[in-house]
Amino acid sequence: MLSTIQPPRYLSRFPLRGRTKSRSFHILSSAQPVTKTCFAADKSQILSIRDSLLNRHLSAVELTHSYLDRLKQTEPHINCFLHVSDPDKVLKQAQDIDDKIKRNEEVGPLAGVLVAIKDNICTADMPSTGGSYILEGYRPPFDATAVKRLKDLGAIVVGKTNLDEFGMGSTTEASAFKVTANPWDLSRVPGGSSGGSAASVSARQCVVSLGSDTGGSVRQPASFCGVVGLKPTYGRVSRFGLMAYASSLDVIGCFGSSVADTGILLHAISGHDSLDATSSKREVPDFTSQFTYASSLKSRPLEGLRVGLIRETVDAGVDSGVKSAIEGAAAHLEQLGCVLKEVSLPSFSLGLPAYYILASSESSSNLSRYDGVRYGNQASSDELNVLYEESRAKGFGSEVKMRILMGTYALSAGYYDAYYKRAQQVRTIIRKSFKAALDENDILISPAAPSAAYKIGEKKNDPLAMYAGDIMTVNVNLAGLPALVLPCGFVEGGAVGLPVGLQIIGAAFDEWCELPAKFAKHKCLLNGFFERNL
Amino acid sequence: MASTLFRTIQIHPFLLYPTALFSRRNGVLYCTMKSSQTQTATQEKQQPPKVKVPQHALKKTVDKITRDYEAIIGIETHVQLSTLTKAFCSCPYNYGSQPNTSICPICMGLPGALPVLNSKVIEFAVKLGLALNCKLSLNSKFDRKQYFYPDLPKGYQISQFDIPIATGGYVDLDLPLEFGGGHRKFGITRVHIEEDAGKLLHSGNGDYSQVDLNRAGVPLLEIVSEPDMRTGIEAAEYAAELQRVVRYLGISNGNMQEGSLRCDVNVSIRPVGQSEFGTKVEIKNLNSFSSINRAIDFEISRQALLHSQGQSDQIVQETRLWEEGAQKTVTMRKKEGLSDYRYFPEPDLPEVILTPEYVDSISNSLPELPEAKRRRYEKMGLSMQDVLFLANDMNVAEYFDATLSSGADIKLAANWIMGDIAAYMKNEKLSINDIKLTPQELAELIASIKSGTISGKIGKEILSELLAKGGTVKGLIEEKDLIQIADPVEIGKMIDKVISENPKQLEQYRGGKTKLQGFFAGQVMKLSKGKANPGLLNKILLEKLNGQS
Repeated sequence: MLSTIQPPRYLSRFPLRGRTKSRSFHILSSAQPVTKTCFAADKSQILSIRDSLLNRHLSAVELTHSYLDRLKQTEPHINCFLHVSDPDKVLKQAQDIDDKIKRNEEVGPLAGVLVAIKDNICTADMPSTGGSYILEGYRPPFDATAVKRLKDLGAIVVGKTNLDEFGMGSTTEASAFKVTANPWDLSRVPGGSSGGSAASVSARQCVVSLGSDTGGSVRQPASFCGVVGLKPTYGRVSRFGLMAYASSLDVIGCFGSSVADTGILLHAISGHDSLDATSSKREVPDFTSQFTYASSLKSRPLEGLRVGLIRETVDAGVDSGVKSAIEGAAAHLEQLGCVLKEVSLPSFSLGLPAYYILASSESSSNLSRYDGVRYGNQASSDELNVLYEESRAKGFGSEVKMRILMGTYALSAGYYDAYYKRAQQVRTIIRKSFKAALDENDILISPAAPSAAYKIGEKKNDPLAMYAGDIMTVNVNLAGLPALVLPCGFVEGGAVGLPVGLQIIGAAFDEWCELPAKFAKHKCLLNGFFERNL
Repeated sequence: MASTLFRTIQIHPFLLYPTALFSRRNGVLYCTMKSSQTQTATQEKQQPPKVKVPQHALKKTVDKITRDYEAIIGIETHVQLSTLTKAFCSCPYNYGSQPNTSICPICMGLPGALPVLNSKVIEFAVKLGLALNCKLSLNSKFDRKQYFYPDLPKGYQISQFDIPIATGGYVDLDLPLEFGGGHRKFGITRVHIEEDAGKLLHSGNGDYSQVDLNRAGVPLLEIVSEPDMRTGIEAAEYAAELQRVVRYLGISNGNMQEGSLRCDVNVSIRPVGQSEFGTKVEIKNLNSFSSINRAIDFEISRQALLHSQGQSDQIVQETRLWEEGAQKTVTMRKKEGLSDYRYFPEPDLPEVILTPEYVDSISNSLPELPEAKRRRYEKMGLSMQDVLFLANDMNVAEYFDATLSSGADIKLAANWIMGDIAAYMKNEKLSINDIKLTPQELAELIASIKSGTISGKIGKEILSELLAKGGTVKGLIEEKDLIQIADPVEIGKMIDKVISENPKQLEQYRGGKTKLQGFFAGQVMKLSKGKANPGLLNKILLEKLNGQS
């Protein structure tokens, strides 16, 4: 009942010949669970790594080698990374951890965990381009707060992942540098914009990864790549160091191969940051200590949890395969004791146009700093306006230019009220309708995307079709709510089928519940119960 | 934090050396500023005046013409706040430091950097809002004002658009007597918070420009006046009063030369009796109060002349620069329609919410402001000239108040400060904080003279010593044995001595040349080393000179 998609199963589906030797994975999967009672810990790679390291079953260097080997082998086929860390430096960090363990010194909770970082999140020691030619070769002088926190806890950054330029896109095809493939079917997109981060976890090139989610950029690729993706509440994670796309919607999110991993990752990066005025001062509860064994659970562990299936998300326009996977997940939740109900959010369809107006407007402003004057690629010119025009014309890709144009238009005198202001009003309505639905339900569920991964190039020349694919996710950003996407089934496609993700939406700051014993009363997303045996 | 960030910035040479910002690989600098928006006074080709008028005849004619018109003047003032750090990052700002030595990823607008508001900025804004009798917005917010310019790192300026922090106030002032005097009240439309931009340093030959971002992100308050002023002097005095207010509040040094207080003036004229406004012209580059005064008067004359010659259509909405050398305004740029700054709420900063308790606590901590000070001095019986002199400079006013609180006589204290002390400061180019004489000793000096312990003449003598070297009045009097001789017997003895030593003069005096009394008095004073009480001396001298006749 409570088993999960085990990473080795991805492996068997991964359509690459010549499987890696993978000593570490063998050891990992045979590792005993940590002694602490951990619910969902059964599937947590992070906890299993920690356990293996501390019990000396495995060294950090061995572990790192296995990931780096796999990365080296798979990367030419999937192109997840824009920049891979120098292997020697990565191994040196692993060696340091091993030395510490040998000396019985404390190591951080993420010691030895290889993390990939989306390239629009600043890292001090490696390039950060945001997937844009205008920032080619740019190296920030600081780490993003989220990255700094991960490093402080012992995580090792393995590289910077590919994305749609500045996060604008749903396929990762809008990167200025390369196209990333979906590990489940190399002819398909991994989703976007955090396609590189999702695919790298799916292909097990790293343990977990950071992405960013402005309108679904963590959740949709998680769905397409069959991994767990978590979009936290707006304000839960500091945005300092995240290249702004739409500041009022942007959040840094987490990818992992289990709910527990994304939860541990989120816990590591959460909390107030004095460098981000919009980061919340709310206390971050230590939910990781509250995991329990799956085997210790009773038969109907979610007894009384009120689940609302958003009717508008399973209407027309959604693939029948996706629909049946979601219905299957809903039935499973009922089996676990949930009270399932359909809820209607009449404002749901308004989310898409409101989102594209607000996000474009903010991006037109946020991207003004890329003027070629202080950093990045600069066009040479004798005249100031030409310098601006050429630098930006050559530096930005067409999707980014389109959104800058749309946003500039929407904010122009005479149009502001009709577009920006109106979209803000819609946003308020959406926020209210979610609030009402979440007052009556503990969680809301929907598909993460209307379809599974589509072919590379399929929607490239049809931006409206691509934008329409964001319908499931943008409302959640407009409302600022947390949402988790986890694999819940497959549809036909590729060699072995394509994963479909279930989106679980919670109330603000309810990423996890405070007391596992009171599931029914506490809305929660991280209770790994939903992970089905597929 | 600044130091660590700075160290990392040094990795990138172009960040440290602004010359490189516009450089090609081989270091050739090429980013010239040719767009119309970027011209400055020095680069601007002088435009010939529209109307040629012979200079000599002009003054009288213009005076006559301007009498038929009324000028409408409004002022936008930018006050740079003297917070320890910038508005949205922790960089310090010091005027005149080496270019790009006080910058960080935030004020440079690096990707991923976010602004965080310095709470002192709000405190200072609330102080000024209260001091200018404004209504405070308990819920205000920040907006982005968007335009491209190399001195604006983010491509937008964080400002306040539709909900400024303070609105609808006024400022009271008294015009100096030499300009006719009189009390004035000018409306304040709004006060809002914004950040300053960096500076462009243009090369000598105009081939390239360099960007200095030290000033980028420094907090400003923009104060917009109602169009209530009618003359250059009113406008200049309005600006001077703002300077006094910000200095009294301690929120800015108000220094115009350093650009801590910048005034842009809008001037239009209309025939007396007409209710519609004329076309307004903006004047920039006003670096002193007197240039505000003169620039406005020039502009009024220029516009009045055009009106009177039937060429009022040549008054166009434009920005003009005041040229100090030529003492005239010249066209800087014509308005090409309204600029669209595409304001929208700044999503990186939360709303600013002021609680009534917070406002009250600031209100209670405000110092006595210039207007209150002037009214208080006036009530003490001081003349307006004295009032303006004393209240004009906060430090002088504090000195005066401290002297009074040490028990000094009001009028005497005012006279000493405005007379000998002011003269000394002027000669030595010192401010009142630099002089060694403490207010307590000044009070002591005044009391010593009043009580007759020392003569006024001696008082003046020891004042200069006190000003330059300090010390106490009592100490100096004792040290130099300066106590006034007020004993009639002793003075009588000295008079007797002088009279007996000058029989010839006595004879002449008694023969009718009574003017010689002064001679005798001087001799006696000399004999007493200046210590004799002059009143007593004269009284006894007269008795002795006349008594024996």
